[in-house]
Amino acid sequence: MTRFVSPRVIRALLPALSMAVLLVAIFVIQPRAMSYFGLNLMLNLALPIAFATMAQLCVITVNDLDLSIGSFVSFCACVGATFLNDTPLLGVAVLVGCVGVYAAVGALIHLRNLPSIVVTLGMSFVWLGCSVLLLPTPGGTAPAWLIAIVKFKTPLIPFAILASIALALIVHAGLMKSAAGAVLRGSGGNPQAIARAGWSLLRTKVTMFALAGCFGVLAGLSLVGMTTSADANIALRYTLLSIAGVILGGGEFVGGRVSPIGAVLGALTLALAGSLLSFMQISPDWQIGAQGAILIVVLALRTLVNRAEARAA
Amino acid sequence: MCSSRPAAAFAIPADGRALTTDSIVRLSHVERSFGAVRALAGVDLDVVAGECLGLVGHNGAGKSTLMQILAGTLQPGSGSLVVHGRDLTAAYSVGVAQANGVRCVFQELSLCPNLSVAENARILHPSIRGFGWRRRAGALIVGKLDEIFPGHGITAGDIVGDLSLGRRQMVEIARAFSVSDGRLDLVILDEPTSSLDSIVSAQLLAFVRRFISAGGSVILISHLLNEILSTADRVVVMRDGRVVDARPAAAHSHGSLVAAMGSVAVEEKHGAGGASKRGSGTPIVEIRPERQRDSRRLTVHRGEIVGLAGLAGHGQTATLRAIFRAARGGSNAVQGSVAFVAGDRQTDGVFPLWSIAENAIISSGARLARFGVINRAGEAALAAAWKQKIGIRTPDLANPILSLSGGNQQKVLFARALGSEAEIVLMDDPMRGVDIGTKQEVYAIVKAEAERGRSFVWYTTELDELKHCDHVYVFRSGAVVADLSRAELTEEKVLQSSFEIAEAS
Repeated sequence: MTRFVSPRVIRALLPALSMAVLLVAIFVIQPRAMSYFGLNLMLNLALPIAFATMAQLCVITVNDLDLSIGSFVSFCACVGATFLNDTPLLGVAVLVGCVGVYAAVGALIHLRNLPSIVVTLGMSFVWLGCSVLLLPTPGGTAPAWLIAIVKFKTPLIPFAILASIALALIVHAGLMKSAAGAVLRGSGGNPQAIARAGWSLLRTKVTMFALAGCFGVLAGLSLVGMTTSADANIALRYTLLSIAGVILGGGEFVGGRVSPIGAVLGALTLALAGSLLSFMQISPDWQIGAQGAILIVVLALRTLVNRAEARAA
Repeated sequence: MCSSRPAAAFAIPADGRALTTDSIVRLSHVERSFGAVRALAGVDLDVVAGECLGLVGHNGAGKSTLMQILAGTLQPGSGSLVVHGRDLTAAYSVGVAQANGVRCVFQELSLCPNLSVAENARILHPSIRGFGWRRRAGALIVGKLDEIFPGHGITAGDIVGDLSLGRRQMVEIARAFSVSDGRLDLVILDEPTSSLDSIVSAQLLAFVRRFISAGGSVILISHLLNEILSTADRVVVMRDGRVVDARPAAAHSHGSLVAAMGSVAVEEKHGAGGASKRGSGTPIVEIRPERQRDSRRLTVHRGEIVGLAGLAGHGQTATLRAIFRAARGGSNAVQGSVAFVAGDRQTDGVFPLWSIAENAIISSGARLARFGVINRAGEAALAAAWKQKIGIRTPDLANPILSLSGGNQQKVLFARALGSEAEIVLMDDPMRGVDIGTKQEVYAIVKAEAERGRSFVWYTTELDELKHCDHVYVFRSGAVVADLSRAELTEEKVLQSSFEIAEAS
């Protein structure tokens, strides 16, 4: 369309570029990281973050924000380390019930026209309270089959990477490529238009929140499979990580503009950022601040690209 | 209502009914109110197969409300709605409207900006699904675009948000005319050409005629009377929520349409004694609207009430904001301090969680404060004085602002602006949704304050309110197109300037 590479293409490539820069930096500082074992070590905690980011992406698609995802993932991890191991049937029922609660929260937000930030902030304390009731002290044991899945050694490429790629492609197909996905994203872009075309906004919102619940459950299970035991605070930081992952991956808070592939890349980038900072021998005290700085740099770059786009238009 | 017009010799009753019974849609006695505002006061309207019905009327005449009811996005308060001979009043919705072949292109666009053209087409056609849906939806919409707007330059993969406003409008129109599996009998076009240039508009109107000759029906709403007269078979005029005139387009001229839209009788002039305040002294506001090409300026003198007229969204609010900015920025275009009365109470005006008194005195708080500390007693006295002065109906000023009716909330906003020391008060269509009694009280206050030397710049969409102004500027496309003193002011002049038909009649 244009003589130059269009800003939209640059924007779509930005998440991949920032991850590549991060990886190159890591490999330069620590060449031994460039191996199956090294990647596995750096990325084994990336999969739960990728699932949580995908959950957040579902909610952001319909112009809402989920501040409860971190404590929800913690709760699912606690369920995974207790009920799911001791009484598998009850465990599955609890997890299915959790997804139902997420769907109900979506319905409540739509029907009462409540701000999602308030509702999910309240829910975050509910999930946290349930986790503390379930596991007052860190402990529990993950089911053996779950550990086996998560720690499965795939040939050549670590499991976490393969699973992340699969996750990105599946959600991309469902949300970006399918006919139903167009309606779901449209309800974030212009809800009135979707309603005027005869679709139910309640249904789209409930669908997206239920999907968020499903991904939250997967995040909790993959996390507890990795750590083998759980505690009530295990994933609290996932709330902000997941939001950062979606935004880093090219998504926007409103308007239904999201990118599942970008979001997974964003989640991996955030996971790698911690490794890079360790390799740079930055003390853990400063790491959170440095992670924030990386986020700000990437977002500033995107704003520059957006400005270029606005000028081109 | 139109008994004295010669053209009424046509034996068509003035309630919008056509003579034939071959109707697609028949509305009877449809009413609809929003709070205290009666948007539709009993409308009868028929649309028959194979006709283009032109619908005209000033802002707020109820056209868009009527079309929303037809499209199923609003429920009528009372009355009946018969589609294809079946009474669907009770169960009417967007889905039912579409199943019965009724589609609407809304004034504000109904496309999702984050989706592609093909995806937006799919939103309207649930039947396009399964493998290859994107290709089929794209082919459908691009085919329609080719048919209506040859040379449109839009591809199915374009993201709608990246398209220009005009192209978005083209996509929306093409989408409304596209058919996948259902039927299509009636398309409502609400101001379809507002963001199209003349060539594309002509393409659309030509297509509308082709659609009509193929047996379809169209309701065309437009402020461009040329389009209505050249395209429509029959013209229905609405005013104050009623159909006041319905005649074949051939029986109309520009002049007769304008006359039907506004009240023809010359109303008695208000304040005939009040001499113009112009000519004496220098103006305290002198500003050129941003999109003004000629040297015309908008001026305001001390103690003057200046009205801004014209169709909604033609630069009046932008001009008010420009005056406000100029005053705040210390520009010499505006001499004196300003206060703003917002028209959109809910978003721009009230602090919903505050009390009435707090809402009323927020602009004066700094003046009353002592050493940066709020002076409660002074504020209470000021609020009480204004309550007395403009009659805010409440037992206690400490009650929350939302306990008041809309009209009384608006009075509080007036009290806020008038209670400040501002010499110039800017009003952004503040009387929306205010009942007539309250309006009269506010008019009196404005008049009294003007006599004491305050100036008012008053944007209003209601022609009646212009009669309270000393001087009126009519806006079109962001610029002043007419400059009328009170003596020159008539509704017809305002309408003519708004509709750009100066030479035609």
